[in-house]
Amino acid sequence: MNGIPITHILFVSTALFFIGMYGLFTRRNLISLLMSVELILNSVNINFVAFNKYLYPGKMDGVFFTIFIITVAAAEAAVGIAIVINLYRSHQSIDVEDAATMKY
Amino acid sequence: MTGSQIIFYVLSAAILGLAVLSVTTRKIFRAAIWLLFTLVGIAGLYFWMDVAFIAAVQIIVYVGGIVVLIIFSIFLTQQSGQEMPAPPLLRKVAAVLAAVSGLTLSALLLNRHSFTPADADFDAGPERIGMQMLETGAGGFALPFEAVSILLLAAMIGCIVIAMKTKPAAI
Amino acid sequence: MNYAVYIPLIPLLPLVGFILAGGLGKKYLRSFSGTLCTGIMLVVTLLSLYTAWRYFMADGQWNGVYQKITAVQVSWLEFSPGVGIDMGIVLDPISVMMLVVVSVVSLMVHCFSLGYMKGEDRYSTYYAFLGLFTFSMLGLVVAVNIFQIYMFWELVGVSSYLLIGFYYQKPAAVAAAKKAFIVTRFADLGFLVGILILGIQGQTLNFDTLIQRLTDTQSARFMAITTGSFLGVSLLTWALALVFAGGAGKSAMFPLHIWLPDAMEGPTPVSALIHAATMVVAGVYLIARLFPLFALNAVVLELITWIGVLSAVFAAVIACTQTDIKRVLAYSTMSQIGYMMFALGIAAADGHGYTASLFHLFTHAFFKSLLFLGAGAVIHWVHSNDMKDMGGLRKLMPLTHICFLIACLAIAGIPPFAGFFSKEGILLAAWENNRVVYYIALLTSGLTAFYMFRLYFSIFWRKPADGGHTHSEGTWTMKLPLVLLAALSTGAGFIPFAHYVTPDGRGRTEHLHLLFSIAPVLLALCGIGIAAWLFKKASAQPVKLAQQLGGLYRAAAQRFYIDEVYMFITKKIIFKGIGRPAAWIDKHIVDGLMNGIASATAGLSARIRGLQSGRVQDYALYFFGGIITLAIVLLYVWR
Repeated sequence: MNGIPITHILFVSTALFFIGMYGLFTRRNLISLLMSVELILNSVNINFVAFNKYLYPGKMDGVFFTIFIITVAAAEAAVGIAIVINLYRSHQSIDVEDAATMKY
Repeated sequence: MTGSQIIFYVLSAAILGLAVLSVTTRKIFRAAIWLLFTLVGIAGLYFWMDVAFIAAVQIIVYVGGIVVLIIFSIFLTQQSGQEMPAPPLLRKVAAVLAAVSGLTLSALLLNRHSFTPADADFDAGPERIGMQMLETGAGGFALPFEAVSILLLAAMIGCIVIAMKTKPAAI
Repeated sequence: MNYAVYIPLIPLLPLVGFILAGGLGKKYLRSFSGTLCTGIMLVVTLLSLYTAWRYFMADGQWNGVYQKITAVQVSWLEFSPGVGIDMGIVLDPISVMMLVVVSVVSLMVHCFSLGYMKGEDRYSTYYAFLGLFTFSMLGLVVAVNIFQIYMFWELVGVSSYLLIGFYYQKPAAVAAAKKAFIVTRFADLGFLVGILILGIQGQTLNFDTLIQRLTDTQSARFMAITTGSFLGVSLLTWALALVFAGGAGKSAMFPLHIWLPDAMEGPTPVSALIHAATMVVAGVYLIARLFPLFALNAVVLELITWIGVLSAVFAAVIACTQTDIKRVLAYSTMSQIGYMMFALGIAAADGHGYTASLFHLFTHAFFKSLLFLGAGAVIHWVHSNDMKDMGGLRKLMPLTHICFLIACLAIAGIPPFAGFFSKEGILLAAWENNRVVYYIALLTSGLTAFYMFRLYFSIFWRKPADGGHTHSEGTWTMKLPLVLLAALSTGAGFIPFAHYVTPDGRGRTEHLHLLFSIAPVLLALCGIGIAAWLFKKASAQPVKLAQQLGGLYRAAAQRFYIDEVYMFITKKIIFKGIGRPAAWIDKHIVDGLMNGIASATAGLSARIRGLQSGRVQDYALYFFGGIITLAIVLLYVWR
């Protein structure tokens, strides 16, 4: 199978996940956060496809999940960016620390 | 080491490196560009895995749609040349520690688990995907397809409602 | 008409007055609250008199014995079968007698206060407190249950506290109120312990059952309570002595009397009601109520006798030297209650003392409240409590003068005034039972005549009348009670009291022993004569006499330094020796421990608070770290 064990692919996706996680922890800009979320979603997608291809080649479920996740991610990005823009309009900032009106 | 292996490692290195750049750079526009290349790299990984349809979707939706959306919103909300403030050192260290320890843990788990690859061909051509997507019988994905289409519709309407400019009087 | 129908109104109506005057008085009723409460008291008094008439004249007697009639009894708190707190109303000769006394005196005081307290800032509050007191006192005298008596006993103490401290701007009044409360509370502790012993041993708290069970000398309970002992004294003796301690506290008997003179800081009508006629005799009433039990125990009776005698003579001596007229009256009250006490103490053999004691309680209530109200009128007139500021008032206040004279004659025991009859009864009982007591009591009655007439002459004679005052003697509401009480003080002695009140309920007819009466009456006349000689005209004689008596006079004027002894014991011994170290331990060890725990918690929470930054990303980081830690623990450590 191309000479690559599945664990390597999985390692890549895991690494991607934790890079996204790191971004999620350190960024304060809402758009950057959104980008980190995209990275995490992509790592999941890689996982799905790899599992499907290597372990269950007779089925298509992993691929379909990937497609649905991409769809949901698109929807999520659209809604998230709408919220970000709206927030920017009202607060003149997209820093998460500034969006504290509904906190506490 | 075969060419296929070389391609995989190069792709993987590119994906991870670009992803790291994307989450660490302090210029947001650059972050978006690094993200874009990461996503292209992931699409390459899909090509490498012979799932050309997913790779195409990845490029069309992610690279062509989401990243462009993100870039637009960056333009709308701030000066792209401005540097973002660096995270405090403590937070950075803690995040690195958390991420690295999580990665180590996962890697250890991956190593311990032995996957047994099935020895069969994997056909993920657009034709098969399309047939099964619209299949209403066993193993068919017609219902989730419909559900996702409704989700998309709802998200579209939601976006419009959220981003719509409210009249000053209504506030 | 059944008793149960209207009897509850007697104690409850004053409570209604209290609620109305206390709740609405300040805002709505204002000066009307006095009239309202007086009206209520009038109704209560009429009901009491009607009850008395019915009980004594119509249906109280059965085969020549006055019955205990339980008009109302409600089980309120049941601790265990048979042992519980019942609330109720019992009618027997002494409770009916007390109902009359309390309601009549209370009515008089209510009426008198209409004029006396007029224009007072807290006028309605005053009437509310009077209502509360009357309610509690009436509830006390009709109690069916020893715990009911205890509760009302405390309520009486509270209302007394409130009324003594009525002029709460005066530090002396506040101190007096606290003193009265603490001293009586201290005594009531003994009372409570006594109640508990009786309750445990008798397995009941109801008077009837309790007396029935514990007087049956054959029963196991009686054996248990008489043979069980603590510190070498039987349980019955302990219980009765402790109950007597409670009574002695309320009735201002010798070692616990210190609150009574100070209680005179309250408004004078209040002193007339609480500290002369009703509350202070509660102790006497309590012992009379439990008399069948006391009669069984010679030790406690002896104690009661000697404390009574000692208080009587002790207070009489002090009263001769005081110059504050209310204090003189307070000590005279204490002295008279001493009479009642020792009369009860010597009553076991033939019951004469019992009758005489309660007779004296009855007459004393009238003439002593008359004295206080008269003193109140005088104080109202001269705006001073001190004898030195008075004198020559007989022309200016003729009515008060006459009434006061009647009361003085009554308390001195001059026939035919009320005090003569009751005091003769007591002296006769003492003569028959205990000669030593008799001679001391005789001496005391001479002293009584002396100090009362010292008071009388100092107020109304001594100086020529100065025409400076032009205002009238007081409103008719102040005069009417004086006249009525003077009438009662004159006439109450002719009531054939022994016919109604005896320990066993069987009426008796007592005859006056005219020969026997010669000695006390002569002694009283001597006392009056000496007082007239010394005080009728302003002269140097009293001062000279005082100087000749020297130390005795000074000691008596300083009230035999009893207060100082108390102060020494409380301040030097209890506060310094016990209180300070205990406070130190409390402050440094107990509190220190607590403070240490508290500050440790506070420090820890200050550290933890830093984690609660409110930033979602921090929380996500903690969450993630937690997951990883948990995963490591569960996968590698715990396996």
